[in-house]
Amino acid sequence: MKLLLDIFLTFARIGLFTFGGGYAMLPMLERELVEKKHWVTEEDLANYFAIGQCTPGIIAVNTATFTGHKLKKIPGAIFATLGVIFPSVVIILFLAAFVTHFAEIEWVQHAFAGIRACVCVLIFFSVLKLGKKSVKNLLTWGVFLVVLALAMFTNLSTVLLVIAVGIFGVIFTALKERRKAQ
Amino acid sequence: MMTILRLCAEFFMTGLFAVGGGLATLPFLYEIGEKTGWYTDTDVLDMLAISESTPGPIGVNMATYAGYGVSGVPGGICATLALVLPSVIISVIISGFLEKFKGNSLVQGTFGILRPASTALITAAGLGVAWKVFFPQGLGTGNLWNMLFAVIDYKALILAAVIVLVMTFWK
Repeated sequence: MKLLLDIFLTFARIGLFTFGGGYAMLPMLERELVEKKHWVTEEDLANYFAIGQCTPGIIAVNTATFTGHKLKKIPGAIFATLGVIFPSVVIILFLAAFVTHFAEIEWVQHAFAGIRACVCVLIFFSVLKLGKKSVKNLLTWGVFLVVLALAMFTNLSTVLLVIAVGIFGVIFTALKERRKAQ
Repeated sequence: MMTILRLCAEFFMTGLFAVGGGLATLPFLYEIGEKTGWYTDTDVLDMLAISESTPGPIGVNMATYAGYGVSGVPGGICATLALVLPSVIISVIISGFLEKFKGNSLVQGTFGILRPASTALITAAGLGVAWKVFFPQGLGTGNLWNMLFAVIDYKALILAAVIVLVMTFWK
């Protein structure tokens, strides 16, 4: 029960400080889950993001569900998910009830311009950490650069990209194993 | 009561079919608005702005907002839970599968190749954010100076530089 509460509170904190959608939560996830709590590894996070890309639903929720499930099965998954959406639900209900045209208030716009600049830097540091663990040799550098170029300069859907890389991964690994076995 | 059920059904379907994160819910949200008249296209745009400036995924925010508009606080909560339910179920199934086959070399090898792809997608998204932050008006025209340095948002750049310094030296 204590762990479930801890899961809920940790994910509520992550949900509270996730500005600008799924990817922006990566720095918080690294800090809270990998460095502070040691619940998952850097590799786990990269796996969850890859799976989250090609399964239905919001990546933040998928990641929370995965981590919660790893720690404490289905109750863990439920508490983590409820935690990560809790702050947003409360904030939006509050805004919907009391504040109209929230996004047009001038100081709000200035505050969030600042927050976005911070988010940029945080994502940059997170990507460096993630890259150190996942991009290590010629093959992984190749995959990284090709996917980066396709994601930036074409309109291919990310779902398609992840599925294509997944299929490539299965075939490549199977062939490698076979050669090893021979 | 019927409205709440309908609300749950609509957002459950959105959660089930919107693949690939927050913005993927956008077309579904427009469709629900058009079909049911619960909110207008302008509301969705407002919501997008609010979502970008408050914590939380846009899908969750939109479900809460629309649900609240339709039937108050219970509506907001029900719509949000309905939206996340499909991904929770699917993720639990995949997570169980992953734990079972964690030692499998095919699974390990495949994820070893998926991880750099996932890193690349996050990098691309991060660069997209950076682009909007540092060049809010896009690139200028003419020579290199006008294209880059005349239009860059210096306030954002200085703020970012300060954060980089703080994060590097204050561990």
